[in-house]
Order: sequence, then C-alpha cells, then structure tokens
Amino acid sequence: MSHAGVGHHHPKGIKRWLYTTNHKDIGTMYLVFALIMFFVAGGMSLIFRIELFRPEHVFIQPQFYNEMITMHGIIMIFGVVMPAAAGLANWMIPPMIGAPDMALPRLNNWSFWLLPFAFSIALSTMFMSGPMPDFGWTFYAPLSTTFGPKSTDFFIFTIHMLGLSSILAALNIAVTIINMRAPKMTWMKMPVFVWSWFITALILLAIMPVLAGGVTMMLMDRNFHTAFFEAAGGGDPILFQHIFWFFGHPEVYVLVVPAFGVISEIIPAFSRKKLFGYHMMVYATIIIAFLGFLVWMHHMFTTGAPIESQLFFMYSTMVIAVPTGVKLFNWMATMHKGSLSFETPMLFAIGFLVIFTIGGVTGIMCALVPSDYQYRGSYFVVAHFHYPLLSAVMAIMAAVYFWLPKWCGKMYSEAMGKWHFWLTVISVNVTFFPQHFIGLAGMPRRVPDYPLQFTDLNQVSTIGAIVMGLSQLLFLYNLIRTVKRGKEAPQRPWDGAKGLEWTLPSPMPYHTFEEAPDELHGYED
Amino acid sequence: MTDKKEKKEIPKKRKKTILYLCLGVLFMFGFAYLLVPLYSLICKQLGINGRGVNKATRLLSHMKVDTSRTIDVSFTATVHGGIGFVFKPLIKHVQVHPGEVKLIYYFAQNHTGKEVTVQAIPSITPDYTAKYFKKTQCFCFTQQYFFKGEKADMPVYFFVDPKLPKRTQAITLSYTLFDVSDRLKKNGLPSGIGRIDIG
Amino acid sequence: MLGFASAVCYLRRFSKRLCQLAIFIGALCWQALAQAFSSYWNMPRGVTPVSHGIYHLHMVAFWVGVVISSFIFLWMIWIFVRYRHSKGAIPGNVHEHMGVEIVWTVIPIILLVILAIPATKILIKIHDDEKPAMSVKVTGYQWKWNYEYLDQGIRFFSNLATSQAEINNERPPGPNYLLEVDHPLVLPVGEKIRFLITSNDVIHDWWVPDLGVKQDAIPGYVNETWTKIEKVGTYRGECAELCGTYHGFMPIVVKAVSPAAFKQWVAKQKTVSNGLTPTKPKAPAKPMTESELLTLGKTVYGKNCAVCHQTNGKGLPPTFPGLVASPIATGALEGHINIVLHGKKGTAMQAFSEQLSPSEIAAVITYERQAWGNAELNKKAGHPVLVHAADIVKKEIEESGS
Repeated sequence: MSHAGVGHHHPKGIKRWLYTTNHKDIGTMYLVFALIMFFVAGGMSLIFRIELFRPEHVFIQPQFYNEMITMHGIIMIFGVVMPAAAGLANWMIPPMIGAPDMALPRLNNWSFWLLPFAFSIALSTMFMSGPMPDFGWTFYAPLSTTFGPKSTDFFIFTIHMLGLSSILAALNIAVTIINMRAPKMTWMKMPVFVWSWFITALILLAIMPVLAGGVTMMLMDRNFHTAFFEAAGGGDPILFQHIFWFFGHPEVYVLVVPAFGVISEIIPAFSRKKLFGYHMMVYATIIIAFLGFLVWMHHMFTTGAPIESQLFFMYSTMVIAVPTGVKLFNWMATMHKGSLSFETPMLFAIGFLVIFTIGGVTGIMCALVPSDYQYRGSYFVVAHFHYPLLSAVMAIMAAVYFWLPKWCGKMYSEAMGKWHFWLTVISVNVTFFPQHFIGLAGMPRRVPDYPLQFTDLNQVSTIGAIVMGLSQLLFLYNLIRTVKRGKEAPQRPWDGAKGLEWTLPSPMPYHTFEEAPDELHGYED
Repeated sequence: MTDKKEKKEIPKKRKKTILYLCLGVLFMFGFAYLLVPLYSLICKQLGINGRGVNKATRLLSHMKVDTSRTIDVSFTATVHGGIGFVFKPLIKHVQVHPGEVKLIYYFAQNHTGKEVTVQAIPSITPDYTAKYFKKTQCFCFTQQYFFKGEKADMPVYFFVDPKLPKRTQAITLSYTLFDVSDRLKKNGLPSGIGRIDIG
Repeated sequence: MLGFASAVCYLRRFSKRLCQLAIFIGALCWQALAQAFSSYWNMPRGVTPVSHGIYHLHMVAFWVGVVISSFIFLWMIWIFVRYRHSKGAIPGNVHEHMGVEIVWTVIPIILLVILAIPATKILIKIHDDEKPAMSVKVTGYQWKWNYEYLDQGIRFFSNLATSQAEINNERPPGPNYLLEVDHPLVLPVGEKIRFLITSNDVIHDWWVPDLGVKQDAIPGYVNETWTKIEKVGTYRGECAELCGTYHGFMPIVVKAVSPAAFKQWVAKQKTVSNGLTPTKPKAPAKPMTESELLTLGKTVYGKNCAVCHQTNGKGLPPTFPGLVASPIATGALEGHINIVLHGKKGTAMQAFSEQLSPSEIAAVITYERQAWGNAELNKKAGHPVLVHAADIVKKEIEESGS
C-alpha cells in the first residue's frame, strides 16, 4: 500500500501541505511548527536572560523586556508545548489504536493552519507603532484592559484563534479515541499515551472555552464599555484572575499529561518490561485531571482571599501530590527489576523523572499558603513552574527520538543525541536551580533590573540559559541530518517496544491500518 | 481509493459523539459567563471584602443592641486615578455597639474644573466582617453628580449585626471614588442633574 | 519485597567503590546545601512572629522535599547500577501489586498531613484580626508607593531614590541599588500595625520579605494585613506583581524605630509637612526667580519624570513620548499645565496635582519648556517659558470653582 504516498491524486510541494488531510502530514506540520516556535520563544528568553546577566541597563529597555517575557510565555505554551503534543497525537494515536486516520481529517487540517496565522498576528504587533503586549502571559486586568497597549486587541484575537485551534484538535482526538479503536482494543487495553491524550483532550474541551469567554470579556471591557473587570462599573479585577486560573491551572495538566503518556511508553520499552500498575496509572491521571479543576485559587493566595478558601485550596492542591506520586513510583517500579538500556529516548525519559520530581517537590512547598506568601511573585515560582514545564519539553524530545525512526525510517545519531541530552539536562539545572535561591532571597519575577546581591546567581542562570539554547542547535542539526542522510531504521528499532505502531514498517506508509488490525501486539500477546 | 474513503459519510455514532462534545464546549463557554454572577453570588454569601453587597439592608425590628461590647469602626477614602477630588471621612473612628445605628459623613469636593459623575466603591475589612456590616442608606448605592467646584457632605447610615463573631474588635470601611463620567458618556447614558441626596 | 536483601548483597559485593563515591558526592551536596542555607540564599528568618512561622514551615517543607527526592534519586541510581541490560539483567514479571500501591499512597498522605498542620496554624495567625495599635494605608501607584498614617494624619509618596545615572551605567551602583527610596515608611517596633492595601491604577503587590508580608494592591478594593516588628532596623522589599514598564523600580523601605523615636518622627512630620498633601493649594510667600525655578525643576524632573521621559527628554517612544520639541512642551501653556496637573487616563502619566506642590509643578513645567532647546521653539512660537507657582494655584482655585 505504500504506493499511496506517491499516488496520483496527491498534490506536491506547498499544496500538499496546505490541502493535506493526512494525519501524518498534519502531525509533521505541528511538530515542525513547534520546533520553529521553540527557537523563536527560546531566542526571546535569551534576550531577557542576557539583560539579566548583570544589574543595571544592559541592552534592552524595561518596556521591551516586558514584551519579551509576555511573548516568551504565550509562545512556549501555545506555540511549542501544545502543538508539539498535538503533533505527537496526530502522528501516533491512529496507528496506536489501529485507526486509518483521525476522525475528522479536514477539521484536522484547519486546526493546524489556524496556528501559523494566529502567531503571525501576535508577532505582527512587533512591527506596529506602539508597544507589543507587555502584561505577562497571565495578562491580568486592568494592566491588560484599561492600561493595555493598542496591540492588546490583536493579542485577544490571537488567543481566540489559538483557543479555536485547540478545541478543534481536542475534539478530533477525543472523537477518534472514542470511536475508532481496533475492535479488540478495549478502554483498559489502550496504550497509556492514548489514555493520557484522551484525558488531555477532555480537559482542553472544558477549559479553552472558558479562556475564550474570559478574553471576550476583556475585549468587551476594552472596546464596548462593559465593566466585567473594572470596579468603577461594578466589576472586579480579581474576577479576571478567577476566570484565567480556572483555565490556567488545568492548562498546566494539558501541557504535562501528554508527557506522562510519552514517558509511560518509553520507560517500559527500554526497561523491557510491562508498565507497572497500568490501572493505577490511568486512574491517577484521571484523578489528577479532575483535581486540576479544584485548585485554581492557589495562584491567588495573596489577593486577599478569605481564610476558608485559602485552606480549601491549600488542601486540594496538596492532595494532587498523592496521585502524582503514585505515577512517579509506578514509573520507578517499572524500571525496578527491568533490563535497562540507555538510548537517547530513555535518557530523556529519566531526565523527565528527575526534573519532574524537583518541580513536584517545590510544588508542594508552594501549596502551603503561609510559605506561598513569600514565594508568590518571586523567582522561586519561576524556578518552580519551569521544572514541570521543562520536564514536558524533555518528554517531547524523548518522544521525537523514540518515534523518529518510525516516522522517517532513518536512525538519528546516537552520539549526538546523548550529547544533546547531557547538555540539556545539565544546562536546565544550571539555569533554573539557582533561581530557587534568587527567589528565596527576595528577587521578584518579571523585573528587568535587580539589586546587587542577586548578581552572582543570575549570572550562573544566564550562562545556563545560553548553553541550553546552543545545545538545542545540536538537536536541530541531528534532526535535519537524520532526515537527509540517516541510516536506514529497522521496523522495530527498540527491542522492548510493544504496541501496534511497531508492527508497521519504517518509515510508516502514507496510509496505515485501512483495515483494523486483529491483534494488539501489546505485552500480553 | 483513499478519496472514496474521505467522501464516505461520517458514521452515526461518531456524529453523536461530536454533538455531545460540541455541546460540552458551548456549555463551558457559557460557564465562563456564568462565573460572573456566580462570583458575585459567592462573594455576597461569604461577604468577601464587601463585594457584591452594595445594596441597602432593612433595619431589623427585633434586633437588640448588644451593649456588652464595642466595635471600633474606622473610615478611609481613596480617590482613584488622581482625579481632582477631595474625598475624606469627616470622622476617622467611631465606637459602636453591635445593633446600634450610626450616621457618619464623608466630605467630597469637585476640584476637576468640570462637571463629573462619581461612584464610590466600598470595601470592608477584615474580609469576613462584610457580612455583618450593614448599611441602611449610603451615597455609594448610586452615582453622584457634582457640579464644578461643588462640595457635599455625604451620609452613611450603618449598623453592625449583633451576630458578629465575638473575636472581632475592629472593622474598617474604605471607599474608592471613581470618575464614571466617561463610562456614562460612552454607554450613552444620561449623566443626571444634581446629586442624588439621601438621608 | 522487590528483592531488597539481594540488592543490598549485590551492592556489597560489586560496588564498594561506587558506595564510597556516593558517600563522597552526598557529603559534597550536603556541604553545598548547608552553605546555601546559612547564607543569604535562603528565605530570611525575618523580624516578625509571622515571618518566623513562615520560615520554619518553609524549612520543614524543604527537608520533607529533600527526603522524598533523595529517596527517589537513590532508588533510581540503584536501579541504573543493578538492572542493566548490558550486564545481562533479566526483566522481572510483577506488573501490578496492590500492596506497594497502597504504601506509596499512604506514606505521602502522612507527609502531607505533617506539613498541613503547621501551615494551617500559621495561616490562622496571619488572619489574626486583633485590634491594631495603628493603621497605615498603602496605595500602589505606577511606580511608587503612597503611605497614609490614618491615625497620625501623615501622607506621603515614596519614590525610588536610585538615580537614573546608576541605572543607565553612567555611575557605579550604590550598595542599596534599587532598594532605596526618598521617604521610607517609618514604623514603631513592638506594636501591632495594620496595613490597608489598595491601588490607584493596576494591581501591585506590597512585599517585604523580612516582615513576612505580601499582599496584592487591587484598584477599587482594599486588602487588610498586619505586622508586629520585633527588631529595630531597615527592611527592604520590592513590588511583587507585574504592574507595567517600571515594575522593577518601585522598592519598599520600612524603617522600624523605637516607639519613642516614632513619636518624635511623627511630631517632626507635622511641623515640616514633609510631602503632606495640602487640602487647599497655597501660594508661596515670594515668587521664585527663573534660575531658582530651573534648578528646582531639574531636581523634580529627575525624581518624577526622568524614569519615563528620560533625562535627555527624548522619552522611550512609543510608550513614553519624548518632550523635546513635543506638542505639549512647546505648545500652549494651558495644555502643558493641564496634563501635569491631571495626567492622562489609561497611561502612566499621573495627576501630579496630588503629588507635587504648586511650586514644584511650576518649576518642572518651566524646566520642561526651556530644556533641550525647547526654549527657542517656544519663544519662536510666542509661547511662555516661565510659570510661577501663583499661576498653578490660580488654575487650581479656578477648577475648584470657589
């Protein structure tokens, strides 16, 4: 069937990508887009890390600094981690469940193509006369409403488009998983990656409309004289934070739950052992997703919340640590008594475990309201949330190395992959670990300049960031080299890898599983 | 072969799933707007910070004055956005027994050099006491129109509910004064003539 | 369970050297951690009962975290040493085990309860609302703080005192770079002080780590918190919520003094009316000369205007317009006075009638109309370049309508 890839009806060149409804093409586009935006947003972070190399003015003005942190946050979340995870879903979910394609292929095309346009609009504000959005990725009112620059309306439109794109992608994924599984693939036989994405899709369907509603209120406050978020008209700026974090906290799980799924595929493959506690893993993810909706106020402990709500949200936040711990211990138990080898995907998966553990531990510290009074708005929080987010990035990298041979039929350079891993994991820690201490010592976040006592650790952090940025070029080079002239990859490059996708040849043909498979080829079979 | 497949009707079961999920999305979009009244309702019920309780309460006829304790009520005022207004309480503290109705005045004078409509937004701290701090009449319930240079003493009648927890010793009532003239103009609403005097 | 005994055996037999290495690395880490936590890298212990409580809670949470992560990392290292494919490890076949699942559900719950108890206790203390000895209203402005002593009737602005020259690399930074203000908040020690925190424009956050106080300043609403400082000293903090361009340039300085010294300070403030906002504008006894106006104007400009409009008057367009040959500074005088007095809504341009005295306003307008070659442009167009305090007072009285 591999002739279909060069079949008569398929347009070539740019038209192939514009018109494609093939889940593999769309997956590739998502991943390439995420990679490009990764360098754009990473470049922005280097700009402000260099500004922070020492106190005093270095080379950018405070206004531009605020614009950079805003764009960095928005792009990293909506332009890098979410599209990359969506790319993985597009590529892998149909072959993993034995489906020929996504349930709604044309919608799939649209949900991807919304992204480049959305970000073009956001980035076009850079060339307008007037500041870019400069209120941080959390765009709290009234800084973003009454006091927002003119470009804020472009920003709102971008968010609307991103929301629509995410909703459509999530809808597609959920429908695919519900309806298109191979006959033998019951819910509790689904690969954990598919389970994770199913849960993620449901979270997305629940939260993106809320964000869309929130930014629409913003738009109305700015242009149609309503007063949702303005005390003068009977509104309340804090209401914006409630709406934002009602979206914002589950959003954290949107970023990290697909990573859970990836890790649950990779660790068993390189431990040559079935995932430990499959059922507990699935239940834990569901519980995490559910609890994620009940903790949003832990982002707002210093807004003057009454003690009752502070206590409720402190306890509910702490409870999340339990299912998260269960997941972590199950991954450990999967490796325990396994037969481990350490190829690049496995190294990145282990990197995920280490980084995620540190982020989880500081997360518990942040959950405690009294100590949160000192952490909130400081660099401690910056360090804290970059750990889980970078663990998600590392999981995506692990997934790319893991499935790349399947996607393009070529093997990447293992030596370069290992270099990439070690440079990344070390530089991530050099960048972000000192930020815990900077924050504890009292440096607020989102400041372009700082008192002298924070200098040394900021310098360490900046050096780490530069190394991290440069080592991603190695990743880029490795990817391009693999696609252009990598060695031929076997059908199953990892001897421990199980599941339907590995029964397909490498590279995966353009059309797969046009007839649903009879066997699942999991660990039981 | 594949094109044929794409043109095929979407199976009925799949259509149903899509419908349900879309309904869910629509509900959540509505839910964002539902959060607005929900939020005021919760604030009102819990009495958070005086939010959503900017309405007059009726005096309770059976309410008894609790002379066994005295609450220290302080007053402050903020003029938002540095508009040219003088706005301050005429008395900074008052000692009240729970259940006892008091009348105090805020003084305001328009220095902006033009006619403006202002709105005062109350805040009551500590947050939980808002539930027990009742205003029977207040200038903050309505927008106030000020002629150029006009000054006024604006009354607040209030009492502290005797159900106030025993530990509470002090309550602060703060007002923030906003210029809402632009807002009224943009919404095409009349700005009214003369201040709505109460009390 | 999980072959622990055999694992220990294995370590003994094969990995004596590895063991030594692990101990060495552990000792090093310990050393580094101890170093980190004895120096300024840690959260300050602070000088209030609340900040002590927070500090201890933080340390307990920290050590719980260290124990959990050490356990996971040691287990991980153990796995990597013991179960290597290259050493011929054969995968085991236990894939579900209810016992261990319960163990690693229950143990974290116990640890969390251990943390939740002190956290709840301290939180209750933070919300203590016993009657305070005095109250201070803190109002956040884009990019300065305003303090109002409600019982003493003192009110003043607290601006960043670090000079633009230090920020722009023209002069080496002083020891309290970005942590110094012109008028610190002076408070007595040993007394319960209530803070009423609000904002004049966007959301700010008043944070002094040594006091263990962090509270959002929300426009239109007032938050309440309190402190009781135990030790005389100067405590510094910064705004902790992104509030626009110069969010990093609005420090907080609290000077805690003895109650007697505080009384003296209050008495002094009442006589000099330092920064006090006059309820009615007063004209100074004698009009200032042009050179006096220019000198005062330059100082006022440096303190209040140069952050945005820059020392060279070029501003940072498009956010902050320049004043060199600008339509305001070289246009009709009326418009210039108007914008300085009343500000511009929805921008960082504030109403300075509230913040500066008529003499200062007159001086700064005079300075802006003459500096950077604006004098020539104004003279050419026939616009006045000299403004006296009396003009400002006249205008203010006109506007007040009395």
